[in-house]
Amino acid sequence: MARPGQQQTRKSQTFLNRIRGPGTIALVSLVLTACSGQQSILDPAGKGARDSASIWWLMFWLGTIVFLFVLALILMAIFRGSREREAALTQQARQRMVILGGVIVPVVIIAVVFAGSTRSLLGMGRLRDNSDVVIDVVAHQYWWEVHYPHDEVTTANEIHIPVDRDVQVRLTATDVIHSFWVPQLHGKIDMLPGKSNTITIRADEPGTYRGQCAQFCGVQHANMAFLVIASDEPDYRDWIAHQQQPAAEPSEGTLVERGRDIYMSSACVYCHTIDGTPSQGTLGPDLTHLGSRETLGAGILPNNTGNLAGWVIDPQEIKPGNAMPAVDMTGEDLQALLEYLNSLD
Amino acid sequence: MAAITTRAETLLATWEAEAGIVGWLTQVNHKAIATRYFITSIFFFFLAGVSALIMRVQLAQPELSIISPEVYNQLFSTHGTAMMFLFAIPMLEAVGMYLIPLMIGARDMIFPRLNAFGYWVYLIAGLTVWTSLFLGNGPNAAWFNYVPLANSEFTPGLGVDVWTTAITFMEIAALVAAVEMIATIFKLRAPGMSLNRMPILVWSMLVMSFMIIFAMPAVMLASVMLFLDRSVGTGFFDPAMGGDPLLWQHLFWIFGHPEVYIILIPGLGIVSAIVSAFARRGNTAYSLLSASFVAIGFLSFGLWVHHMYTAGLPWMSLSFFEAASMSIAIPSGIAIFSWIATLWGTRPQVKTPLLYVLGFFFVFILGGITGVMVASIPFNHQVHDTYFVVAHFHYVLIGSAVFPLFAGLHFWFPKVSGKLLGEGMGKVAFWLTFIGFNLTFFPMHISGFLGMPRQVYTYRAGLGWENWNLLSTIGAFVMGAGALVTLINILASIRRGEDSVPNPWGAGTLEWAAPSPPPPYNWDELPRVSGRYPLWVDDEHGRLDPDEDHQHILEEDAFPQHPHRRETPGTRLLDSRLERSAILAGASIFPLLAALSIAVAAIGSMLTLWLVPVGVGLAYFSIVGWLWPREEEW
Repeated sequence: MARPGQQQTRKSQTFLNRIRGPGTIALVSLVLTACSGQQSILDPAGKGARDSASIWWLMFWLGTIVFLFVLALILMAIFRGSREREAALTQQARQRMVILGGVIVPVVIIAVVFAGSTRSLLGMGRLRDNSDVVIDVVAHQYWWEVHYPHDEVTTANEIHIPVDRDVQVRLTATDVIHSFWVPQLHGKIDMLPGKSNTITIRADEPGTYRGQCAQFCGVQHANMAFLVIASDEPDYRDWIAHQQQPAAEPSEGTLVERGRDIYMSSACVYCHTIDGTPSQGTLGPDLTHLGSRETLGAGILPNNTGNLAGWVIDPQEIKPGNAMPAVDMTGEDLQALLEYLNSLD
Repeated sequence: MAAITTRAETLLATWEAEAGIVGWLTQVNHKAIATRYFITSIFFFFLAGVSALIMRVQLAQPELSIISPEVYNQLFSTHGTAMMFLFAIPMLEAVGMYLIPLMIGARDMIFPRLNAFGYWVYLIAGLTVWTSLFLGNGPNAAWFNYVPLANSEFTPGLGVDVWTTAITFMEIAALVAAVEMIATIFKLRAPGMSLNRMPILVWSMLVMSFMIIFAMPAVMLASVMLFLDRSVGTGFFDPAMGGDPLLWQHLFWIFGHPEVYIILIPGLGIVSAIVSAFARRGNTAYSLLSASFVAIGFLSFGLWVHHMYTAGLPWMSLSFFEAASMSIAIPSGIAIFSWIATLWGTRPQVKTPLLYVLGFFFVFILGGITGVMVASIPFNHQVHDTYFVVAHFHYVLIGSAVFPLFAGLHFWFPKVSGKLLGEGMGKVAFWLTFIGFNLTFFPMHISGFLGMPRQVYTYRAGLGWENWNLLSTIGAFVMGAGALVTLINILASIRRGEDSVPNPWGAGTLEWAAPSPPPPYNWDELPRVSGRYPLWVDDEHGRLDPDEDHQHILEEDAFPQHPHRRETPGTRLLDSRLERSAILAGASIFPLLAALSIAVAAIGSMLTLWLVPVGVGLAYFSIVGWLWPREEEW
């Protein structure tokens, strides 16, 4: 008697294995990952994002109740009753139904949602009154220029902040409208050319939070991301101190030095800055501490030698339409250049 | 008998279009023009749908390169533009154009030539947009064309010019149709059809038309300003010249938000008509229901800033728009509960039109709920410009336009063609469309929550977006299959469908008293009405008139008419008392010529501005020809 049963179980297991295709994965990820992720708004890691998430959960539960209730009424309206029993509900009763369901109940629900929403909004507003770290972010097609005005630090596509501090981020753009958005920390705010918008973010936990441009800004809008790295105060201060250093001078006779010479004699210098060298271009990202950054191409590739080589040789292949032209050079020169760029940590 | 035959023959001789190509080009009959609108907008709908499928293939997996980023941007910009301007509005206007004269008992609309003119304008504008896409020069700065991105500096090429000129030109068609519908509804209702006896659908068309008249000029003005910024270097939106990029956003959305409700309200009208017919009962709370359409119309002009919550406007002023946006839930709630109360306890037969209405309920209510959510400022800051919003507005737009339109297609098809649409295939198509729709768009709520911005041609792996996007892609193809089955069903039913009686659903409104399909002059004998549902003996319980040929509403000799003149009774605005006979214009080639001349000015302006005066000059002569009196019209 037991054997058929076991067989049954085994059979259903194989069946389960067989259907463990995209459907099951999707279902499982609905339960497990729908709320988490490096760019998820339902996995808040800062005050602003938590305020937004709290109003969402209020609206989610209210909305679910309303949806199921109205749907049930519609199904009852269609599938219950008969033409004989129709007289049970007079025209007057039906009109009362419209007033109750269509006017009174919505007014109450909207009042609740509006009050909750305003509460969250005021909470977010309080954040900006007491910030003491200031960061300027300038959006370009398709990358982010980052300045720390008090510390005189310039970097790109990566923003370091201390945890548990209100950080004021002043935002503008040079070309078209972009939008600054780190879902785990705060809602988005647009970056307009010729105007300045300010947002105050605050991270609760050390961690890496991904942000992405949220306003369609042209052909590479999809590949305009950045990282916000929150760390404890001492780590943050160390990072600032390190970023304040000019680029390290290569030792004589090394491959790094040859790489630097190649860099300095190439077109790179017209667009990029390496602090402490004659390279002072400002059209592209600052490269002074390129090696210390986690990503390349505005948050789209991990920063390693292979990706860097690919990026230098043919950035248009990786991110067609970005402003950087391809660089034509021999393999040896490229290797030296990569050595040099990697040394800029 | 002989007399009636002669009468019908005389009417036919007066109203019928000439045979052959000349007759086709000079045709002005409202049903013929509306049918052309249907066919053209369904064609554009399929093109825009295929664009969406290509985009879904590109997004099925991370980092695919099926199409280039530039092509992707053109596809999504054209998809949005076409669905809004080339499908939804023309299609809904065509529904009004076809049904309004039949629903109010007129022989045609009040300015038949204006209808024909509008159609030609629409056709030329639509073909321009699609041709430009096929030539690789489609609109590519998103359907909302935010400046400075849409300026010539950041988006050179013809794409944005195609958008600005074709849309400005296109809106002429929307505007003339709106003017035409308002005038027809106000002046050509059958004697006895006072304003408070108009079918709900006619109310919705009236509100839509007024909204078009107030909303469209904003986008026409804005696109002319953008065109001038691009072509002759004015600086309306350029901060360096004292302009302001946010001005564009204000102008665009003060049109763009009412636009959504322009699409929504006729959909609600269609649903009201079908609900009442299947329940065999008048619409509950008729006055409140029609007032709720008017309320939505008014409110919709006070909400546009909720598209700009993240632009950095002062927060206190945003709260006003938040409250206004949420309050749309009240008139929508009235409409939904009116339908529930109408259906309550009536045990309607669930045939395909009602099935689509049920689909509409599901989709539209979900879209309405997420609509209240995105109106909340702190929540909107997170989901604005993400796939959550993409999901929301497809639920609202497909819910309020496409599902009602498909419901209406199955409902009025017997009237238009004289044939019943295949019921079995109709149900298969419904389930494919409904399941496919939800499979496509429900997961987008979640990809939005996971941080996926809209209008991206690709995305990186590892953010948890992969499977949701794959589901959306699969769903899109299921939905496409649904649309295809519907199309096959239409073609098959036209060729060998079952013949329909004039009133297959036992509905109460006037259009069901006309023959199916209606002759060019609509009525052998003109109707006179004395209630909201003239085909029913009793409005409240909707029992069908036992006298199937509706003798009590059709009066043969009530309106003496000139036998060789196109005439219809003209009545007073409020109480619809007979005033005098309205003489309608007949067939003419000049609407086509006028449309072509204005096209020379509008489309030609992309090539050289010198074509503008040429086109305007030609238009002058076409309009003179158009208005030139003809002997039989004196």
